[in-house]
Amino acid sequence: MLIGVPKEIRDNERRVALVPQSVRELKKLGFDVQVESGAGETAEYSDATYEAVGATIVDNAETVWSTSDLLIKVREPKHAELEMLKDGATLISFFWPAQSEDDLNICNAKNVTAIAVDCIPRITRAQKMDVLSAMSNIAGYRAVIEAANEYPHFFTGQITAAGKIDPAKVLIIGGGVAGLASLGTAKGLGAIVRAFDTRLAVREQVESLGGEFLQLDFPTEDGEGSGGYAKTMSEEFLKAELKLFAEQALEVDIIITTALIPGRPAPELITSGMVESMKEGSVIVDLAAERGGNCTLTVPHEKVVHHGVTILGYTDFPSRMAALSSRLYGTAVVHLIEELGGCESFAIDMDNEIIRGCTVTHEGATTWPPPKPQNPGPKYSVDTGERPVDETKQVPEATEEDKRSALSIFKPILLALTALAIVFVSSNVPESFLSHLTVFVLACFVGWQVIWNVTPALHTPLMSVTNAISGIIIIGGILLISNEMNATTVLGMAAVFFAAINIAGGFLVTKRMLGMFRK
Amino acid sequence: MSQSEITICYIIGAVLFILSLGGLSKQETASRGNWYGIIGMLLALVAVTASEEVNAYGLLAIALVPALIIGWTLARKVQMTGMPQLVAILHSFVGLAAVLVGLGLQLDPHSVAGLTPIETLIHEIEVFVGVCIGSITFTGSVIAYAKLDGKMSGKPLILPARHVLNLIAFIVTIWLGYQFMGHHEQSFMYLLIAMVLTGILGIHLVMAIGGADMPVVVSMLNSYSGWAAAAAGFMLGNDLLIIVGALVGSSGAILSLFMCRGMNRSLPSVILGGFGTDGGGGETVETPEGEVTAVESEGATELLKNAKRVIIVPGYGMAVAQAQHTIAKITKQLRGDGKEVLFAIHPVAGRLPGHMNVLLAEANIPYDIVLELDDINHMFSDTDVVLVIGANDIVNPSALNDPNSPIAGMPVLEVWDARNVIVMKRSMGAGYAGVGNPLFFHDNTSMLFGDAGENVDAILAHL
Repeated sequence: MLIGVPKEIRDNERRVALVPQSVRELKKLGFDVQVESGAGETAEYSDATYEAVGATIVDNAETVWSTSDLLIKVREPKHAELEMLKDGATLISFFWPAQSEDDLNICNAKNVTAIAVDCIPRITRAQKMDVLSAMSNIAGYRAVIEAANEYPHFFTGQITAAGKIDPAKVLIIGGGVAGLASLGTAKGLGAIVRAFDTRLAVREQVESLGGEFLQLDFPTEDGEGSGGYAKTMSEEFLKAELKLFAEQALEVDIIITTALIPGRPAPELITSGMVESMKEGSVIVDLAAERGGNCTLTVPHEKVVHHGVTILGYTDFPSRMAALSSRLYGTAVVHLIEELGGCESFAIDMDNEIIRGCTVTHEGATTWPPPKPQNPGPKYSVDTGERPVDETKQVPEATEEDKRSALSIFKPILLALTALAIVFVSSNVPESFLSHLTVFVLACFVGWQVIWNVTPALHTPLMSVTNAISGIIIIGGILLISNEMNATTVLGMAAVFFAAINIAGGFLVTKRMLGMFRK
Repeated sequence: MSQSEITICYIIGAVLFILSLGGLSKQETASRGNWYGIIGMLLALVAVTASEEVNAYGLLAIALVPALIIGWTLARKVQMTGMPQLVAILHSFVGLAAVLVGLGLQLDPHSVAGLTPIETLIHEIEVFVGVCIGSITFTGSVIAYAKLDGKMSGKPLILPARHVLNLIAFIVTIWLGYQFMGHHEQSFMYLLIAMVLTGILGIHLVMAIGGADMPVVVSMLNSYSGWAAAAAGFMLGNDLLIIVGALVGSSGAILSLFMCRGMNRSLPSVILGGFGTDGGGGETVETPEGEVTAVESEGATELLKNAKRVIIVPGYGMAVAQAQHTIAKITKQLRGDGKEVLFAIHPVAGRLPGHMNVLLAEANIPYDIVLELDDINHMFSDTDVVLVIGANDIVNPSALNDPNSPIAGMPVLEVWDARNVIVMKRSMGAGYAGVGNPLFFHDNTSMLFGDAGENVDAILAHL
């Protein structure tokens, strides 16, 4: 099978779909690879490095497009490119099928199987193919670097002989992969970082990276939509949100916005008023620029300066680190090809959840969007690297449920027996027994209550102390011993003996253990 | 001491025992809690010895003094890794003592003198129940001890129709109890038969329980030993015994419940034994296959050196290899280098609830970097290196995604989310639960084979 890698032709695109290392791995799987001359140049990979791993260098794009069985590129193809594809070929690239119906039609007309890397389902098994997260991570990092480049002060605070320098204050809106990557990077440079997200689950992740999570003064409304993405929030919520940003704009030096809602234009969160209220020299990086931007004044692909505030609307952050992002893209694609069966048994297996999800056209028909999985995914915030596990997890729980219901048949029987026992006891037994019973039942409840809050770390000491305490049975033994040397006395002595070992051993061992716990 | 003074001592003793258990629920008050227990016990002993019923002090001393010394030495000598065995064997002593008290009381001709028929009946029920519970506790704990100590295989022994066998034993015991009533000539014989039968039941119950469920079993036996003491209290009409027995019994039951929740299993399914019960245990489980990446201690050290956050997942293997001290040194070194080091403890790691916490505490690892499953699971995705030391089932992804796995549904530490996972293991063998682990075949997993103790020493040397 022949794999083709053309040069990217979109503006400002420096990445290449496969780096030499990925080519080597594909050759190992049995593929032949041809690369358009100069395809890797902007990503710092020369033609020679490709030749060194056994790829053929082809001079013109048309040959690559029209002879390859499997075409791999990064950005969504242009119409002219798709027209060159050979009938029945397979294409792996970004595709954004929701926005490109024409492209789907062209693919169908040519019987092309299009695999959209942006549609790979976000499940545990597919993590190693998750290009979106890999790119978001790079974008988040680069956004901070670009901001630092424009920002005329230090990020970190310093006290020098020439005076005190305050640390920069960074506000990050949106706590997905990109937002968290920005957070980590800005924190690493020494800034004070705050982050906001409508999904409450993000809070912990923000805090774990050392950021401060901003919360709205608003009755709880969780903004977690399906698949872990954010959803559109109510009117009042948005108002409260904007108020928070307006307050923050007065304080912070750098704002990085990453707020996106799937299938909609980016929400407008930073108004021109807020921009004007910021200190001169402040920087806003709008990672949502491609989808309209979170800031009103953002101009996609451009840097603008308004009232002394620099607004970066670049849309090519991963491309600005082309060597790295190409490498990660290539690795993910190799994993995807392995999932497709490699060279020998390359096939589009529509029963494979991952393949089904990212195949958008196949055998002349549009197969996008894929049917919804039957189980709603577990509630996780996806963009953060915390993954929902496979749906199969649901199955064992169901069987466990069955077992429980089988056991629950005994419950009414047990209750009935207890009721009978109570009736018998209350009508027949003497006063003294009832008073013992009262003590017994009360003590059970006390034990239950007292133990309820025990920290799991102390389970072992607790167990050994209860064990020592249950040595109280020694009293039973003591009461049996009399000066009459009979069987009862002997048995009593034996009981005392064993219970006493228990008492001494239990308390001492507990003491030893507790002595070791320290902060 | 008069009866009322003794009663007051008992009340104070009971309060002290409650405070003791309460104190043990928090780190800060735990040590005080132990002292409350000791004082309570002393008070109870003094009160009962000073009562009019007790006058054979010489015989009492003969039984008591050597036992205290033996207990003291046992507790001083025991290694922290041998803790589960010790706790199990101590439980068996309580059970044994309960049996002896019951038998002794039955043989005591004065015990039923002057009682009305209904009181005699109640007394007999108490004796019978006490002996039976004590007997189950005794034999069950002995088997638990043998399993924990490695004297017996950890694999569950599953007899055919074991539930039916248990049920039959239970019914026969009730029948024996009915025969036993009435204080006639053969009474004692029926009591002995019942004792033997419940003893066998205890053996059978614990034999059927698989390794990973052992912590729950130890805690259940703890609970049983409490109920046995309570039953003895009923026989003797002693409120202190009843209170303490009930306290221990109910607290042990709660601990077991907590642990069952930790494993996502129901209490009955654990008590009835047979790991995974009939559903999963019998079927052949798919053994994971694939290529394993092995790594040497140098490579592992490199990974650690380049990491920012390291999470260590200790398991029973760490206890066996006595590796906790070296790990503490590694932890100190890494923390000194500005890295974040955390420990992830699974609720059922080790062979005793909280086992790992005790071992880490022994090695002076601060308890605030030792985190529970729920607190740490979301942190793995942002972790550079996870070091799994002698743990297997608690990091097995098939618990989440393989419905046929015997451990399906059990919450596990999701270590595979981390960038790198190093698993220290002696060989590719399956864990205590006898389940294969697909984690070992993950791309980001490296296996560091060999003795855990030697390997951590090597890593420390390279650091």
